[in-house]
Amino acid sequence: MSPALLAAEDIGEPAVNIAIFAGFVLVTLVIVLRVSRRKAGASEFYAGGRNFTGPQNGVALAGDYLSAASFLGIAGAIALFGYDGFLYSIGFLVAWLVALLLVAELLRNTGRFTMADVLSFRLAQRPVRAAAGLSTLIVTFFYLLAQMAGAGGLVALLLGVDSKTGQGFVIAIVGVLMIAYVLIGGMRGTTWVQIIKAGLLIIGAAVMVVWVLGKYSFNVSDLLGASVDKAGTGGSKLLDPGAQYGKSSLTKLDFLSLALALVLGTAGLPHVLMRFYTVPSAREARRSVIWAIWLIGIFYLFTLVLGFGAGALVGPKEIAAAPGKANSAAPLLAYELGGTVLLGVIAAVAFATILAVVAGLTITASASFAHDVYNNVLKRGQVTSEGEVRVARVTAVVIGIVAIVGGILANGQNIAFLVALAFAIAASANLPTILFSLFWRRFNTRGALFSIYGGLISCLVLIIFSPVVSGKPANPATGKSTSMITDPSVDFHWFGLDNPGIVTIPLSFLLAIIGTLTSRKSSTPEKAAEMEVRSLTGAGAEQAVAVH
Amino acid sequence: MSTSTRGPDPVPPTSGVEHPAGSYLEVADSPEFEALRRTFRRFVFPMSALFLAWYLVYVLLSNYAKDFMSTEVAGNIHLGLIIGLLQFVSTFVITTMYARWADRTFDPAAAELARRVHLTEVHSTEDAR
Repeated sequence: MSPALLAAEDIGEPAVNIAIFAGFVLVTLVIVLRVSRRKAGASEFYAGGRNFTGPQNGVALAGDYLSAASFLGIAGAIALFGYDGFLYSIGFLVAWLVALLLVAELLRNTGRFTMADVLSFRLAQRPVRAAAGLSTLIVTFFYLLAQMAGAGGLVALLLGVDSKTGQGFVIAIVGVLMIAYVLIGGMRGTTWVQIIKAGLLIIGAAVMVVWVLGKYSFNVSDLLGASVDKAGTGGSKLLDPGAQYGKSSLTKLDFLSLALALVLGTAGLPHVLMRFYTVPSAREARRSVIWAIWLIGIFYLFTLVLGFGAGALVGPKEIAAAPGKANSAAPLLAYELGGTVLLGVIAAVAFATILAVVAGLTITASASFAHDVYNNVLKRGQVTSEGEVRVARVTAVVIGIVAIVGGILANGQNIAFLVALAFAIAASANLPTILFSLFWRRFNTRGALFSIYGGLISCLVLIIFSPVVSGKPANPATGKSTSMITDPSVDFHWFGLDNPGIVTIPLSFLLAIIGTLTSRKSSTPEKAAEMEVRSLTGAGAEQAVAVH
Repeated sequence: MSTSTRGPDPVPPTSGVEHPAGSYLEVADSPEFEALRRTFRRFVFPMSALFLAWYLVYVLLSNYAKDFMSTEVAGNIHLGLIIGLLQFVSTFVITTMYARWADRTFDPAAAELARRVHLTEVHSTEDAR
């Protein structure tokens, strides 16, 4: 296992990485302090006063979306599996068209702060809000856990912290910083952190892309050829589909399932949907998605070059043996290209990414708890805007602590499935209800409840009994299974796929239809008309808070 | 729409409609709204079906037509990569088409109808400071 010793002392200078990251934290904290308003009502805390422009929010959306999983994860997947890694990014990008065409503007026109605002608009308030709030919390929690656990893996590589205790300490620092951003800055501060981080990430990636391409005289075919040569025997597989998912008909079906969850999940992710409320109008919401699509699309083209560049210049075997495995592809490439300083910059950007994304997730979860569960379900909407924000702040602290503990416990776990699961739940439990309540007049409360709970339960059950939790064959080198439960003798899986989307997404659409058709209760014509007119015309939509 | 941007003149009630002029129900039942909804759905539904189908074709080809996707086009650039990059192109093209359509066709019609809605719920006042 000598390549595994390619640990932190060999690559870069942890002090440099920490210094650059500390600089980012300092600058963003100053900005958050400067932009924050002391007396924050709900519109300020949850939606940043709805004063962001479309382009600003578009950059922030890209910041929210380009998480560590998509930056480090996709570059790594391309470096190791070539073409199959590239497939991921396409699903992640095309998904934005669902948000652009079917969801963003209509949601902005009808809702106030959360996804549940739209789902419960013309249906029975308390049951639908409770269901939508629960699904928001679950999706956000899985996403959050994945980011926090990912931070632990990165620490090993970038800061030279090898002990689990030390990594746990760094996870705790990330959590505390995240709570600080959310409490001080609310949505306004969080949005600025996202904007800065997205800018750094895209510029950093662009520099590396030009650098890599320059090494191959800007000939992409030569770059691909070099990565094939570096991979050695079987390297030509990188250029074609199948290196990761082509093993059997079951893995192919699994890929189809993942592809479906990716493309339909984005428009159901609560932290993405909540961003549409930070702009003053549906028109600005549209502009923000357009900006996000361009930025995210260009960034994924960058990751294609970075992934193959890492494959060609570092080599898949070296990457797989490094402490962060696939996640270390981009940092290792940075070190190969620009040495200590570029590695420090990329490492800091990677941390900033995690920090910004977890802050965005925390504000979403706390808004949903305070606004949906606490105020509208438990207190029947009797709480004032200030009271709601107070609860949201406390919730943010609680969520932060839970995320720190969860992240420390999940450190070193296989985390990719947590993100895939979040997408599968978003596509199954959230998207059908969003679409039907916007586009199907007959759609009613029972349809929504069937779909949300059906999607949630079926996803969770299928995941628990899938190979990601138990029953993957043991790795001959370590004798441990690659499932969550690493003991190969524990095997209770009966569902063959890692991703449940191909079953649960059609199922919850079907449940929505069955529930609707079997219930004679429908929304009042007044409410249905109001939602339809508001969603399309923008009449009665929430206004931006006046700037003082 | 806040009260300040509300249309200056009440729209005369259409004959045969029992809802008060300017109510959501009245607007929802109006032929103009019907037309707006049709315009919207005629654009976004076929377009959504198109990009989802095109994405699915790509995924299925990658999964089940490996030899086809492995066709060499230029050096190490194979057909699969080209079709993958075309997904990016189609996403950018659809985005641009939608933006232009929405700005030129949809927005003016929607703004016209929004002005007709007299019932204004100004939630945001409670947060205005």
